[in-house]
Amino acid sequence: MEDLEEIIAEFLVESHENLDQLDSDLVALEQDPTSRQLLGAIFRTIHTIKGTTGFLEFRRLEALTHAGESLLSKLRDGELRLTAEITGALLTMVDAIRSLLAAIEATGHEGEADHRELIATLVQLQQGGAAPAEQRQRPPATPSSPPVGEVIVEHGGATGDDLRLAMTAQDVGDPRPIGEILVSQGSTTPGEVSLALEVQAERRSVADGSIRVDVDRLDALMRLMGELVLTRNQSVAHAASAGDATLVRASARLNLITTELQEVVLRMRMQPIDSLWNKLPRVVRDLGAACGKSVRLELEGRETELDKTILEAVKDPLTHLVRNAVDHGIEPPQARLDAGKDAQGLLVLRAFHEDGQVNLEVRDDGAGIDPAVIAAKALQAGLVSAEELARMNQREIINLIFLPGFSTAATVTNVSGRGVGMDVVKSNLETIGGAIDVSSVIGAGTSFHVRIPLTLAIIPALTVLCAGDRYAIPTVNLVQLVRLEGRQAQAGIERISGTPVYRLRGNLLPLVYLDQELGVAEPDPVERDTVQIVVLQAEDRRFGLVVDGVLDTQEIVVKPLGSQLQHIHMYAGATILGDGSVALILDVLALAQRAHLAGNGREQARAAPDQADGGRPRAGAALLVASAGRDRQVAIPLEQVTRLEEFPAASVEHVGSRELVQYGEEILPLVRLAGDPGSAAEADDPALTVVVCAPRGRIVGLVVDAILDIVEGGLPGPGDPGGAGHLGAAVVRRRITELLDVEQLVREADPQFYDADAVPAPGGP
Amino acid sequence: MSATQLSTFSVNGHLFGVEVAVVQEVIRFQPMTRVPLAPAALAGLINLRGQVITAVDLRRRLGFPEQAAGEPAMDVIVRTSDGPVCLLVDRIGDVVDVAQEAFEEPPETLGGIARELIRGAYKLDHALLLSLDVQRAVDLPPLGNGSGVVGATPM
Repeated sequence: MEDLEEIIAEFLVESHENLDQLDSDLVALEQDPTSRQLLGAIFRTIHTIKGTTGFLEFRRLEALTHAGESLLSKLRDGELRLTAEITGALLTMVDAIRSLLAAIEATGHEGEADHRELIATLVQLQQGGAAPAEQRQRPPATPSSPPVGEVIVEHGGATGDDLRLAMTAQDVGDPRPIGEILVSQGSTTPGEVSLALEVQAERRSVADGSIRVDVDRLDALMRLMGELVLTRNQSVAHAASAGDATLVRASARLNLITTELQEVVLRMRMQPIDSLWNKLPRVVRDLGAACGKSVRLELEGRETELDKTILEAVKDPLTHLVRNAVDHGIEPPQARLDAGKDAQGLLVLRAFHEDGQVNLEVRDDGAGIDPAVIAAKALQAGLVSAEELARMNQREIINLIFLPGFSTAATVTNVSGRGVGMDVVKSNLETIGGAIDVSSVIGAGTSFHVRIPLTLAIIPALTVLCAGDRYAIPTVNLVQLVRLEGRQAQAGIERISGTPVYRLRGNLLPLVYLDQELGVAEPDPVERDTVQIVVLQAEDRRFGLVVDGVLDTQEIVVKPLGSQLQHIHMYAGATILGDGSVALILDVLALAQRAHLAGNGREQARAAPDQADGGRPRAGAALLVASAGRDRQVAIPLEQVTRLEEFPAASVEHVGSRELVQYGEEILPLVRLAGDPGSAAEADDPALTVVVCAPRGRIVGLVVDAILDIVEGGLPGPGDPGGAGHLGAAVVRRRITELLDVEQLVREADPQFYDADAVPAPGGP
Repeated sequence: MSATQLSTFSVNGHLFGVEVAVVQEVIRFQPMTRVPLAPAALAGLINLRGQVITAVDLRRRLGFPEQAAGEPAMDVIVRTSDGPVCLLVDRIGDVVDVAQEAFEEPPETLGGIARELIRGAYKLDHALLLSLDVQRAVDLPPLGNGSGVVGATPM
């Protein structure tokens, strides 16, 4: 009896997997209704289930699968052509099989659910074909790998008679493989044989190439692995001191093997995201049908691997996002046509590894999210104040949808419903250390970006020293290492009023001191004679992390942190180093954010030069403060600044009334903020201090007297009208400071400057 | 009469007990990695056979003074809803049977945080055994601001 239970359990697991595959296959079949390969696969799946149910005496299941199988055999043989109606009926059958299996799983019996109507539909559909032919009893298709000969015949490479002849030859003692005999008989070509062998191998790999293992067993293996590592460490250490050469060699080998074994065991827990995604084509199809929409689903990066536990955890949030996209994101066909789009909506899911994390994107080409609607809704629900809203940029406003109690669905649908909103998605992802972000363009679509840590994954990392402790930094974030020695150590780092920066090939690299960020800095820091800078990139922000020393790079195993530590956003996890001690893994993005670098990345400014409402900095944006001429203090949004440069006054060339400097391979037009050349400041200083800006992607140099500071800017107070070349004024460092409108300044200096971009210059002087 | 078995250990002269089933193992003091920015009661992270485990210093957690330098601590690994956690204690005691009848409310003399982490006390012949609420003991409240929850609004 126990044996039977085991068989049933095995049957249930296998059938569930097969049904998932069936969903995908059926949806794929709709796109390609005549694919014999798909039809064959679907037929085999149903046939396998039917065969086992008969054996296990599940009569209802058997009757149902039998009806389905008969219908499928007609489709496969081309007697019937697939229609939407047939697909629908087959999908309904898959669901019915699922519910029967669920009943068996729960109670051991099929339950009382009656599927007579469905069976009748299936029978009726198969009779709706070419002729009401009598039930043909097909020989069962072989589920495992068929003999090569059969494959060749199946593909029309030889006839059945040829095959029988060849098999007879084998029976009477011909030792050659069947393919070879067929070729020598002249029945087929070598090409056909190798093709058939490939097909056969493919089928075998599906049938025999994998086994199913209980996750508990993998976990047990992991624990044992841990014990082995520790014992390995002890024996390696002991062998070294014992001085026995043979023992040392053996333990070195043990060391190597253990390390490899550890990686293999860890990788066993990884699964491609496709095991999650393969359910989505069906979800999208059904949902689209329910909403009266047609949606094309594209999946990119199916092979991206995630840890099994993470995979489980992202399943619900991901499905929710997909449902939302189909229900709310993508417009009804007519609305799409009116908007000049394809009637069929597009939903793209993308998975990839980046920044030591798994990135998932859910992107639709629907109506997008209107920030104004979101803002109004959030205000109405009392989630934000009008004052807070005024300070937010569009992206921040759109991200309000993640607040608890937020729902914009104008009508309640049975698909996404109300109540269970994006806040649940967000909090679900946060429990596994993930994060979600949304961006949207009205009329063009919405894109959700989910970042999940690679818990338990193996990543290459750089180990660094800080205040006596070792920390690991994922090398995906690593750009380069810079070491400043001797005089450079002090002179190389400039402090613009407390904000340390380093000039890396002309680029301003903001510096972050790791010991200060971690709060472990010595109270009275000694002047360092060397400075080690780890240049890091997180998303679009680049910064330099100052550490005490750089040790090495190694493959590390990311271990999750306990709940006590998850609120500290500085760590992405922990790892165990070669000597058995624990090291924390730094979260580079969090470091960048802690260092107040958020939002002022140069690359970002370059990518979206006019994002900030035509140069007007948003509240809280950093400003570069400089002096320009006697008593004049100006501020430039740091977003627009690409570099700070110094040029000898002699290098300035004059073309007409314009001043130019050769700058790398480009020509940099200069704009004097302090007035005409030859002003007081320049007389005794032959070098020009130039702030290089790139409004609209074109570079321009603003000549200032001195750079004073970088401040977290406040927007000029309301009522300040601004004026020619400046957006207004603010009090910075206790002085009235003009906030420069770089674009306007450039236009005034050179009205043709933007002509290359075909931007009409306003009627400036 | 129902009896419970408690594993006992001492912290700052007080005798504490937790249910035997909660204790996974007891090991010698392990070297640990400190965690900057973490609550003070979080002593660090230890490597328990390849698993990274959070260690909670019970002296600090209970608001007791630091142990004199050089005094070895012991690691009690307890099972919690969030996986194993290591408790740093002064000394390990015996496993004792306690009768439910001997259970009392936490003693009045015990104040502050310690009182919140104690379920009650058992009167033994020679001492008072304090029953530690393990789950509460390992739930460390996050530090106030300054723990750096930046980026609440993704850029």
